[in-house]
This record gives sequence, C-alpha cells and structure tokens, in this order.
Amino acid sequence: MADEYILETHQLTKRFGGVHAVEDVNFRLRRGELRCVIGPNGAGKSTFFKMITAQLKPSEGRITFEGKDISGAERHVISRLGIGIKNQVPDVFDGISTRENIWAAARFRHNSKNVEQIVDRVLSQMNLTAVADDLVGELSHGQRQWVEFGMVMSLEPKIILLDEPTAGMTADETDRTANLILEINATTPIIVVEHDMQFIRKIANIVTVLHQGKILTEDTMANIQQNQTVLDVYLGQSGRA
Amino acid sequence: MAARIFAMAPSSTSPRWWWWAFIVAAAAILLTLPEYADLGLQLDLSKIFIFSLLALSMGFLWGFGGMLSFGQTAMFGVGGYTYAVLSLNTGETTGSIFVAILFAMAFAAILGYFLIYGRISAIYFSIITLVVTLVLEKAMRSTSSEYYTIGDVQLRGQNGISLVPSLQVPWNPSVELFIDGVFYLSVVVLILVYIGLRLLLTSRFGRILVCIRENERRTELLGYDSRKYQLIAFVIAGGVAGLSGALFSVWNNFIAPEMMNLGSAANVVIWVIVGGKSTLIGPIIGTAAIEYMTSWMGKQPWVGQVTLYLGPVLIMFVMVFKEGILPTIGMGLALIFDTVRGNSDGRATMKRRIWRTNIFSKRTN
Repeated sequence: MADEYILETHQLTKRFGGVHAVEDVNFRLRRGELRCVIGPNGAGKSTFFKMITAQLKPSEGRITFEGKDISGAERHVISRLGIGIKNQVPDVFDGISTRENIWAAARFRHNSKNVEQIVDRVLSQMNLTAVADDLVGELSHGQRQWVEFGMVMSLEPKIILLDEPTAGMTADETDRTANLILEINATTPIIVVEHDMQFIRKIANIVTVLHQGKILTEDTMANIQQNQTVLDVYLGQSGRA
Repeated sequence: MAARIFAMAPSSTSPRWWWWAFIVAAAAILLTLPEYADLGLQLDLSKIFIFSLLALSMGFLWGFGGMLSFGQTAMFGVGGYTYAVLSLNTGETTGSIFVAILFAMAFAAILGYFLIYGRISAIYFSIITLVVTLVLEKAMRSTSSEYYTIGDVQLRGQNGISLVPSLQVPWNPSVELFIDGVFYLSVVVLILVYIGLRLLLTSRFGRILVCIRENERRTELLGYDSRKYQLIAFVIAGGVAGLSGALFSVWNNFIAPEMMNLGSAANVVIWVIVGGKSTLIGPIIGTAAIEYMTSWMGKQPWVGQVTLYLGPVLIMFVMVFKEGILPTIGMGLALIFDTVRGNSDGRATMKRRIWRTNIFSKRTN
C-alpha cells in the first residue's frame, strides 16, 4: 500500500568528493507520524534534511512524496506540493515586519480576503501579536524562530520538516516548542532533525538514528535509550570497538 | 510622523493622505513653474526629471528587488536609439516613444531571462549588466561607416545621431513640443511613474519582491517562484529606463553612445546611493542634488574637474550615510522627536537603526 507512506526515500545517497555524507538511506514516514531523526555530529542529518527539502540535489537515489518523485525538484515546487520547511538558522525576512513575514506565507495559500484573518490568528497563536509591527531582524533569536514556525504553519502544509527547531532557544521556549509540535502533529505528520536529547524525549515516538551517513537503527525512544550500539555512537566508543 | 515614514516606512502599506497631498503639492508647484521660471531653468529641470526616471528604475530594482543592475544604462540607450531611429524614419514621434519602451523591455526580458533563470549570483549579475552596457556602447561607437544604416538613418558611430525630432502633439502633429512642453511632459511622466511604482510595491507582487530581496531561499520555500518575480521586476525597470532614454533623446534632439558609457552608468549608481534606495523618492532627490551640484560646480571658476569632487561625495555616502540623504535625515529627525517627547523605546530603536545603517556598520548590501 503505497498510500500508507507520505514520504519515502530509496537508496538516497549524497557524496561530497569521495565522502559519503549520506549513503543508501531508505526512509519511510507514515501519515500522521511524528519522527525524530537523531545522530552525532557528522552523521549526515543536515545533508539528509537538505535533500528531502530540495536544498541539495541527491547524488543517487529517489525521494517520493505521496508517490510522486521529487528528487531534484525546484524549491518552490516542493512547497507547492505541501511540504513545509523550517531550517536550523532562523530563515526569515529580517528587513520587514513580523506581520509582513507571516503575510507572505499565508498569502501563498489564501486569497486576499481571508489572509488578514489568518495572519492575526497565527500571530496570536505564536505569541507574536505584541511585536507584529517590529522588524524581524530586531527580535530575539527565539522570537525569530517562532516567526518562522508561524510562516510554515500558515502554509497549512501536508507535512512539516524541522531542522533543529529548538537551536538557541531558552528552556521555556523549548518546552513551548515541544507542546506546539505535539499539537501540530494531531493533524500533520512531522519530521524533526535534532540532537538535543532532552527535547527529543519530550516529543519522540519513533526515532531514526543516523550514523556515518547510514541508518543505524529505527525504534521507539524507550528502546533506543537501551540500545548499546546507539549509546556507543553517542559516547564516541565505536572507534575503540 | 513624516520623518518616521521617510526613515523606514514599510513599502507594503498603502500611502496615506499626506503622501497624496505631497504629490498634489509637488505637481502644482512644478506645473506652474514655467509661469515664472526662465527657459534655462526649465531645461535643467526637465533633464533632472528625465534622469530621475532612470534613477527610479535602478532604485526600484536595487532597493526593492535586491538586484544591483548597471544595465539600466543599457536600456536607457536602447530606448534613446530606438526613438531616434524610428522617429527619423517614420516622422511619427508619439508612437516611437511607446515602441522605444517596448524595445527596452524586450531587451531586458532577454538579458534578464539568461541572468535570472541561469541563477547567477548577485555579484555576477552586477558585473554582467555593466559589461552588457559597455559592449552596447562599444558596438554603437563602431557604427561610423555608412554601412550601418537603419532605414534612412545612419548611426554615425561616436558622432551620434543629430536632428532627432521633437515630440509632436499626438492629436495635432504639426505642433511640436517646445521647451516648456517637454518640461510639462517630464513632470507628468515622472509623477505618474513614481505613483505607479509606489502602488506596485503595495501589491502582492511588490510585497513578495521585497521578500525575495530579504531572503530568496525562504521565499521559494514558501512556494513562490522567485525567478519569475525578479524577471518581471527587471522588465518593468527596463521599460522605465527605456522611457527615460527616449525622453532624453527628445530633450536633447541628439543621441550618442556616451549615454551608455562607464561614466553614465556610474552616475546612476551615485544618484541612487546618495538619495537612498530604501524609498522611491530617494533616487529622485539624489538625481536632483547631484545634477544640480554638478552644473553649479561647472560654473565655478575654482572647480577644475567636477568628477574630482563627485568622488569624495560618493565615498562619504558609501562610508558614512549608507542609507542616503532622505533616510538619514528621517532617522535623525525621528531620533530628535523621540528624545524631546521622552519616548525612550522609539529613541532606542532609532539609535540602533542609525548605528546599524551608518558608519562602522558591518552590514553590506
């Protein structure tokens, strides 16, 4: 049943020169699922993320979204299919107001009549109403992350891909992000690429562990925490073995 | 209020009543000017307004589309030559203006397609547009031989085409526009183009164009095809530059390759930088200030080479007043108002902005 999976990769590979940053990754995401992708530095998380979000072209292999091949698609096409993307560094429009940032995203999905209402709703949902008219470049790091969240959500995507969504956030902000992700997941499948284990424990159901460009294991968070190989990888003992 | 608007008004919001009042006042003053100003002043001002169109086309692209194009000067030349050749051949002047605009837009569309859809980086975009301008200039320079004739019109290489017809009144071709007629025309065209571009910035197209300037990747990840927006902006700006070129050849009754040389291309950048590219009125003010200064200095006995003085002016603006005259004055006034009123939040914001956009700032454009 192809329809069971919303996003799949087949033998996905990315080489930089002779280095295999990602190698033969077969990844499948069910509808409605919340999946965390973890791994130590250099495991290929970011490269993997950039390929499934069309920011890097794969060297080999295919990516399919709802059965359609999207490997090597243009960036704007990806979004039109319904894939919402949040990059690691706040990827926002610094020189314009918060409201205008959200508007730009909401306007893509909605006609000019409904868009103001949706912008207002997203602003209050993201706790940004007070800074709606401030330049995004003058907001705090956490707030800028929220602006980007708001933009992704106003696209009303079919799936959301998040690269280290809590990078640079305070503990409070991280908590709120975790709750928000769980809330969004009620309706939308999500992939989170993270290395903050605290955060992953709060939200994770199934976790994919990447190591040296390959999938090391895929399991529930509870099992992952017991898994000796994963612990070795994270504690850097694999070299000694 | 006005000061704050000049400082950093978001281009996405519709202009308020005072903006329209400003337009009406400016139009009224300028259109009654020929009543008491001599022809010399009208000639000078017409030239400033025609050049302002060229500056607007560059300021629009650079300030709002984030594309630094030296190619506006090429489109200026295409417009000028098209008008000259066509009106000399056909004797029809009004139609030639419109064809000149279309030619410049077509030229921009072809050039822009390869540059923008080829996804070349910003710096190469600037360099290639400059090179295209200079290639066009060299090409026109080398058309001295009689072989280079379009219809009945010889291009005459660097000697240029003289006796370019004045504009005729469309409904009565036997009447040609005199100096005051060209003055009225340039005022009306400049104001209409300014209003048009300003309103364009409040449209969905204009607002997304600004998003692309801020972050092209993010705009694409939202689903917009940024290349399409950039190309349309480039073509619109090409049309404005072409219109400027056609009017320039009307004003001058003469056209030569100089209008596309390195000096002309550099002038446009100076107008835009000095006036400031974060507003559309900035390039107009910059053009007026620099052109006025240039012609004033030209009359002073103590000035030898005017460009020697223009250089330091440009350097000062690039180093110290990065946002240009208007935004700098606007931010300064806003800072003073906020200080006097005791609005500490506003004051802190303005201070930060002035600091960020002026000397020692690491922000590059």
